[in-house]
Amino acid sequence: MAHRVLILGGGTGGTLVANRLQRLYGEAASITVVDRDDTHVYQPGLLFVPFGLAEPGEIVRPRHAQFRDGIDFRLDDVQSVDIAQNTVHLANSPDVQYDALVIATGASLQPEETDGLTGPAWGTSIHTFYSLEGASALRRALDEFDGGRLVINVIDMPIKCPVAPLEFCFLADWQLRKRGLRDQVDLTFVTPLDGAFTKPVASAHLDALLREKDIGVEAEFATGRVDASTKLLHSWDEREIPYDLLVTVPVHGGPAYIARSPGLGDALGFVAADRHTLQSRAAPNIFAIGDAADVPTSKAGSVTHFEGEIVVENIRRFLEGDELTGFYDGHANCFIETGFHKALLIDFDYETEPLPGRFPEPHLGPLPLLAESRLNHLAKLAFQPLYWHVLLPGHDIPGVGSQFHPPRARPAMHGSGGPQ
Amino acid sequence: MTTTTLAGATVEVDSEGFLADAQQWNEQMAAEIARDNGIEQLSDRQWQVINFMRKTYLETGSAPSIRSLGKTSGVPIRELYQLFPKGPAKLAAKIGGIPKPRGCI
Repeated sequence: MAHRVLILGGGTGGTLVANRLQRLYGEAASITVVDRDDTHVYQPGLLFVPFGLAEPGEIVRPRHAQFRDGIDFRLDDVQSVDIAQNTVHLANSPDVQYDALVIATGASLQPEETDGLTGPAWGTSIHTFYSLEGASALRRALDEFDGGRLVINVIDMPIKCPVAPLEFCFLADWQLRKRGLRDQVDLTFVTPLDGAFTKPVASAHLDALLREKDIGVEAEFATGRVDASTKLLHSWDEREIPYDLLVTVPVHGGPAYIARSPGLGDALGFVAADRHTLQSRAAPNIFAIGDAADVPTSKAGSVTHFEGEIVVENIRRFLEGDELTGFYDGHANCFIETGFHKALLIDFDYETEPLPGRFPEPHLGPLPLLAESRLNHLAKLAFQPLYWHVLLPGHDIPGVGSQFHPPRARPAMHGSGGPQ
Repeated sequence: MTTTTLAGATVEVDSEGFLADAQQWNEQMAAEIARDNGIEQLSDRQWQVINFMRKTYLETGSAPSIRSLGKTSGVPIRELYQLFPKGPAKLAAKIGGIPKPRGCI
């Protein structure tokens, strides 16, 4: 009998795992993907929408069209996972049984978790660019904004793409300069972290870049509530920050069905999984990929991409009764748009923080790490077609492997100063 | 990493004073780290948070964020800030001998 593989979520992780498995097994596996809607958003594109650098229509495609023939795509809401019975309950269609289950439902935005964030001001003086509607509404607000306090605020970690709020600051600075408004705007980045980023060397680079662009940083600001009537952000330790236009990144959590499935997720609804094999701690036949997993690396498309190969290998081994040998090392890489047609690139894993150097080849590059360059910006732009045509179909991207660095380069990365 | 003396024992700590090895920790060290950070006497409520942080870290390999502490420790976020002024997750982690919470990167 064909292996029954059920994948919850038809985003980056769900799609690329489904396609890889279908190619691997053909008719020897019956692969079902469930998602609540048929809209696949190229999420890195959301950052560009508020600045008119991308149109919403350019970054959206139907989910069903991204799957190989032979994959069964169903539109439905997940009610819960019955771990003991290897069964998923759906809202509007019959239960589905599985031999292996992949949780790829990502992270949801939960603005209602923060006191005062949602209300009449949501969409007028308070915005987010983390959704398609939000990014479009923010574009209108930015077009009308002609001066005052523009505050970019991360409420709490973890969030998807932790560098995106910084990129937003850099692009806002650039746009305001182009419009001749920069000296009438107080631009402030408000973060619960103790600096621009979570890893020290990259954080120092990014902090310097923020200073250079005259963007204020309010660090270690844990937002407790927002008062939209007085336009003040309040922290839990009773500091306050005034704004005229607030661009917030709401708290993230797993989808509600995770909480309805005892044992599957943690307090925030992320799936507890082994950080190397990506196998769930709840059951050996459940795997988690991408933003849905609680593994200690960034919630980012590159992470999901690198994890995909590992998850597929481990599902194959699990179905054949073999020991899991697929080993994810925490590899992540992110382009960071810095405005003026330039971008930075960072590359890291669980053990090694982002350092200066070259990518993908340690000394040859051609892309510089942790340094602004036009080539990095062009590479970021070039990525979108690769996403639809190479990454989602489950092909490898030449030169970019799931492992952090080829073994021969690793000792250099672990040296005291890193390659220069 | 540097070494320091805590409650009579030599331990390794990082540049911000977080213990390098959670296994080297004991309750006397906790009291001493607390005093160094302005908490003279740890209350039961503070211990509840510290023990919860430690248990979560030892079970899952990462320290909980403030938000998940607020949801799962039995102590609401507002009170966490009263118990551990400035950064509750950070200070409770330091006193509990576990690495600094990274807020999940």
